[in-house]
Amino acid sequence: MIILKHVLVIAAILMAELTLGTATVAAQDTDVRVVIKDHKFVPAEITVPAGKKIKLIVENQDATAEEFESYELNREKVVPGKGQIAIFVGPLSPGRYPFFGDFHKDTAKGVLIVQ
Amino acid sequence: MLGIAILVFRETLEAALVVTVVFAATRGVPGRARWISAGIAAGVLGAVAVALSTGIIADAVQGMGQELFNATVLFAAVAMIAWHAIWMATHGRALAVQMKTLGSAVSVGRRPLTALLIVVALAILREGSEVVLFLFAQAAGGAQWWDIAGGIALGVVGGCATGLALYFGLLRIPIRHFFTATNWLLLLLAAGMASQAARFLVQADLLPSLGPRLWDSSALLSDRSLLGQTLHALVGYDARPAGVQVLFYVVTGALIAIGMRLCGKPRTRSPG
Repeated sequence: MIILKHVLVIAAILMAELTLGTATVAAQDTDVRVVIKDHKFVPAEITVPAGKKIKLIVENQDATAEEFESYELNREKVVPGKGQIAIFVGPLSPGRYPFFGDFHKDTAKGVLIVQ
Repeated sequence: MLGIAILVFRETLEAALVVTVVFAATRGVPGRARWISAGIAAGVLGAVAVALSTGIIADAVQGMGQELFNATVLFAAVAMIAWHAIWMATHGRALAVQMKTLGSAVSVGRRPLTALLIVVALAILREGSEVVLFLFAQAAGGAQWWDIAGGIALGVVGGCATGLALYFGLLRIPIRHFFTATNWLLLLLAAGMASQAARFLVQADLLPSLGPRLWDSSALLSDRSLLGQTLHALVGYDARPAGVQVLFYVVTGALIAIGMRLCGKPRTRSPG
């Protein structure tokens, strides 16, 4: 039971800290678009501002499904053929965040540049 | 063929590890192979159905249907595991004693195998639907049928072999500790699933992230490595978790542990 109590206390502290921490960040969504065509991302490089929540809209112009995936962004989502999806990421710190299409890894590569 | 095999392997591995933990947790239950096979079959059918409805699911709920669907599937599995783990905590000790004295073939009474059948089916449905979509895309992209068939065969065999290796590893645990070990594994499995579900809800902007990246341990253990993926499937390892994921992980684990403690208490004390 002592271990459980510790776990719960840690959880409570974590929750309090994180809630306070994120409350100070002004959340204003920024929309960006990327298109999948011939199993490639267009544009392959997208620049977005740091410290803002980003709504990434992915439009798939190919007939078959793709899976948008990024280890750096910790995101994965299937994009249906001839379909469109949205993914929320961030707020991010400056840096390069590569992403790829899991179903066509050789060609579908892109990077989110956060400045 | 290798590219196909690798993707199939990755998805099979995650599902196979879940099935392995379930198979270990039901050790000694008569007819468990039938139950688990039924779960696998239901999962494969479900995977095909989900893959065929991808467009509908993706467009549902303002484009956030996929996240909601995944989160629901994961939370359902968490609830089933919690139910089973708490049930086992109540009856596990008696089971271990019976198995020790009478051998493992003994009938150990009714067990909520339905719960675990659902866990198996949901795990396969989730991972399998991605495989099916990927294979559709490969076939449409002009991949040869033998490349696809060979890729599936290699990937599935590889994933299942890893699951089997884990199973035989678990069998080395002495029987008196066996169900304690499998119960903890189930608890961590459920906590990991809750964390994944939280990630989907953050991705859909339905939950605050509470810190988009609480830490980054990818340099120590990458998500892409075999070990990273194995730990991801088994105990919910995430190299770059959002704060709310960690919160869901800890709270889910704590709730199940508390449930196991409360229900698993020996009833020797008289009330009052």
